[in-house]
Amino acid sequence: MSEQTSDSNANIRIVLAKLGLDGHDRGIKIVARILRDAGMEVIYLGLRQTTDSIVAAAEEEDADAIGLSMHNAGHLTLAPAMIEALRVADLDIPLIIGGIVPDMDVETLIGAGVTAVLGPGAPAEEVVEAVTKAVADAS
Amino acid sequence: MSLRGLGTEEIFERAVAGERRALGRVLTFIERAGEDADIITELSHPMGGQAHVVGITGAPGAGKSTLTGQLTRLLPDLGLRPAVLAVDPSSPLTGGAILGDRIRMDDMAGDDVFIRSVATRGHAGGLALSIPGGVRAFDAVGYDPVIIETVGVGQVEVDVVGAADTTVVVVNPGWGDAVQANKAGLMEVADIFVINKADRPGAADSRRDLDLMLDLSHVTGQERSSGYRPPIIMTTATEGTGADELWDAIHAHRGHLASTGELDSRREARHHYEITHRLEQLVSAGIVTALAEDDGAMLVADVAAKRISPSQAARTLAKRLLR
Repeated sequence: MSEQTSDSNANIRIVLAKLGLDGHDRGIKIVARILRDAGMEVIYLGLRQTTDSIVAAAEEEDADAIGLSMHNAGHLTLAPAMIEALRVADLDIPLIIGGIVPDMDVETLIGAGVTAVLGPGAPAEEVVEAVTKAVADAS
Repeated sequence: MSLRGLGTEEIFERAVAGERRALGRVLTFIERAGEDADIITELSHPMGGQAHVVGITGAPGAGKSTLTGQLTRLLPDLGLRPAVLAVDPSSPLTGGAILGDRIRMDDMAGDDVFIRSVATRGHAGGLALSIPGGVRAFDAVGYDPVIIETVGVGQVEVDVVGAADTTVVVVNPGWGDAVQANKAGLMEVADIFVINKADRPGAADSRRDLDLMLDLSHVTGQERSSGYRPPIIMTTATEGTGADELWDAIHAHRGHLASTGELDSRREARHHYEITHRLEQLVSAGIVTALAEDDGAMLVADVAAKRISPSQAARTLAKRLLR
């Protein structure tokens, strides 16, 4: 990773988690590593989180963004639930979804307030770019 | 709550009033170490002094996070509001970090516990430079105790001693023998020893080795504080076994510090330590500036041309800096 990329990402703090019952955590671990190597601070919450625990972590960690990994076909329920929890907490930070989301659902999630959706096989540059852009646009 | 449009003072006031996100932002100010951090320091310094500061240190994977998680689960039931500063390393190559301590502390509930993950951001010694400021902020808004969980350390990263009232050193069965236990460094600074993963073979041997080492501290008069022998607590943090006993030991140590007056002397040392650090930062910044100026550049050229030696150049600059 070039130094320039690292510098521009310095001090970006992102919370990564899996919401609800979903044990597929290989993808999120890879994403954590990609973002770390891009110079970000990744607060890794891991499996079986709730919307409440994610909101609490985002507040306490003063996160710039939240990334949720979804591989249980629950994204149409879970992503809007997370958006709603952020709205209730008045937390104005971007939510990025990664994992298995069919193309036809992407627009629905964006319409619900998700900032970006990253599919399987997204290259590292695309992952980093999505977070950097989401954080820049939100600030 | 959204913090948009609020000034630093207002955000601090909200943190004091109990707003979680505002406290999160205050800690970010401290980490970024700029003008906002100075404002927070001015505001929070007169307010604190109550919180018991507990450092938990040990090798990577010893169980520091899991133990900390067990303590934070226990303490709200005792009417306490613990805060945690959990330090993990920043990459020396990219500056990035994976802060993974929260996953060991997951089923904690509610507003009585506040956890902040902290990256070292280039600082060696087991802590981050922002730790004293973070402790001060938690103390000011009423969290007590404040638990500092260090990065996984080796034998010499003992910064935590300068930051905490009570230092807990966590080891595991099979971590080392009696010679390891008697080596200088980490083993000397413990106020409390924990042998975690005590359900594993070798726990009794580890206990014996530590006990013998403590006997020798007594013989040589190297006890850290008079009449106090660091207890050895056996825990299995993944099951919560021993966490209450550990808290009792921490609490008892605090009592010892208070009754012997050592609490004050340790805190004085802490202030000394922090002032030294801040002074070093100021002087370092001054050195960078002095070298960048024309006079500095000329001195560098003089050294390159062998007209003067590096130490002569340094002495000349030092005279200017100290004026």
